[in-house]
Amino acid sequence: MRRYFGRKLLVYALTFAVAVTVNWMIPRFMPGDPVASMLARANVSQPQAVEAMRTYYTNLFGLDEPLWRQYLNFWGALFRGDFGTSIWVFPTPVSTVIMGAVPYTLGLMIPSVLLSYFVGNRIGAYAARRKLLDNTVLPVGYVLTATPYMWLAVLLAWGLGVVAGVFPVAGGYSFSIRPSLSADFLLDLLHHWVLPFFSLFLVALGGWAIGMRNMIIYELESDYSNYLSALGAPQRLIRRYAFRNAMLPQITGLALQLGVLVAGALVTEIVFAYPGLGSLILKAIQNQDFFLLQGIFLFIVLGVLIANFVIDIVYVLVDPRTRTGMAGASA
Amino acid sequence: MTALQEVATRKPPASASVRREALYFALRNPKLLIGAAIVLLFLLAGLVGPLLVSATPNEYVGKPMDPPSSEYWFGTTTFGQDVFAQFVHGLRTTFLVGVLGGGIAAIVGMMVGFVAGYRGGLVDEVLNMITNIILVLPALAVLLIINAYLGIRSVGAQALFIGLTSWPWAARAIRAQTFSLRGRDFVDLARLSGANTWKIITREIGPNMSSYLLLTFILLFGNSILIASSLDFIGLGPTEGVSLGLMLQNASQWSAMQLGLWWWFIPPGAAITAIVGALYVANVGLDEVFNPKLRQT
Repeated sequence: MRRYFGRKLLVYALTFAVAVTVNWMIPRFMPGDPVASMLARANVSQPQAVEAMRTYYTNLFGLDEPLWRQYLNFWGALFRGDFGTSIWVFPTPVSTVIMGAVPYTLGLMIPSVLLSYFVGNRIGAYAARRKLLDNTVLPVGYVLTATPYMWLAVLLAWGLGVVAGVFPVAGGYSFSIRPSLSADFLLDLLHHWVLPFFSLFLVALGGWAIGMRNMIIYELESDYSNYLSALGAPQRLIRRYAFRNAMLPQITGLALQLGVLVAGALVTEIVFAYPGLGSLILKAIQNQDFFLLQGIFLFIVLGVLIANFVIDIVYVLVDPRTRTGMAGASA
Repeated sequence: MTALQEVATRKPPASASVRREALYFALRNPKLLIGAAIVLLFLLAGLVGPLLVSATPNEYVGKPMDPPSSEYWFGTTTFGQDVFAQFVHGLRTTFLVGVLGGGIAAIVGMMVGFVAGYRGGLVDEVLNMITNIILVLPALAVLLIINAYLGIRSVGAQALFIGLTSWPWAARAIRAQTFSLRGRDFVDLARLSGANTWKIITREIGPNMSSYLLLTFILLFGNSILIASSLDFIGLGPTEGVSLGLMLQNASQWSAMQLGLWWWFIPPGAAITAIVGALYVANVGLDEVFNPKLRQT
């Protein structure tokens, strides 16, 4: 087990190092003079902001310092939690801006991912080898996985928001309400949360259902299933064993899908102008706020790595083979 | 040596009959036929459509916010652009991104997978580590940073970066397949006869999993269409020309939903869904054609 976690942690540490290095390298090795072009493109009207930006950029890029030194400084700043200053909301540090958006993204992603995962797996397991149900679940599942996240979001916002008028189409809460811990605000928050949540939930659902269905069929054809049915075990019992075995690849699948799920959440937020990281990315791109963009990038990578690690722990809890170091998941 | 020659001469008819058998089952597989028909239909629309519409996609041709009519099949945008013209030109871009992005990812994935699986040892360890690192990095986040800084302005560059970030799972799958073929007799025989690594991979291992490689490419193709549309939607798409993702972005940015211009945002999304969904279904159909165990008789 120590070897298993050791390997995983090594991969994650290296991944983080690669992400930071990419983040450090791109502004430095891109063609042209980044400082000048960014100042020109940033198009900030406040002269004091321009001056601060110029000194900040020159300091950060450290034109007088050797490259290795700049690289070490970059890491040093990172460990102090210093992601730089946002240009879009000028004097606010990037970390503060991101921290304001993260709760919304997590509040949207965690419930939708977990719920679609459980419901999708259940549906898939139930549909496998049941002709009538399978014939509906399979096509619907394929259509859902092929749907671009933003398109379903747009359709839901248009259908249930604009035409039916049941749900609000934009924002995390009404503009007339100030964020507080009152019941009114929480209800309003929930009301705005429903559509983006439902949109994320639906798109992810199809993939899990199809994956689980295929795995169950595979497991039901394996020797232990045949042996059990030859012994006369009830179908329910065989299916339960098949489900437990089929769950393992699905857990790995969840880890592999994390990147896609994050991307889906980001574009869904943009459709609903939901005040999470997705909308922040849009603002950062529109305002050429590269520090903010880089900060968000590192934040997403860090989040995905942590989620991966949590899934690894779950895997060890679920699969006893990894605990004894016999076999199981390879790094 | 004579035995080898005999095998070599006997090979063509054998592979031809395998091909005929695959064709036989392919023509009787509804999933494959329906999926392929939908993809071809859209491909045809993308190829022929731009020849039929005289307007360039971003030209202001008619009355703004016109619903679909005989003149403008998909209506017009808030600026009076022809949605149908944008749609057919966008289809071209979408297929181009899919083929290029999927193709590049398939090539990189094959290279890494074959070499890691066949060579094993230290080479495998290193390549596997690189694959795992890129696998956990969220592709869209990386593309975001690269695109924002480098200012990607062409479809080709977009496809290149998508291809370079989406190969890892293909590499892993191909590596596992190569691993299982590596110890087979015909590979040993090729090695005994003095063939080098490149030749063994391209002549012995590759052809033996060609069906698997085709399936991998189809999935990568659909995948890069989806990634490209997300990138376009965030505002990091190509600035020259149109794509289905850019249409969605424009529709959302100029509040087509609030104005009720459904003809602006439904066609591009429906086309992406139909193409990618049809690719997935055709993929399952192809799998059944190549894998006798999965055939339903």
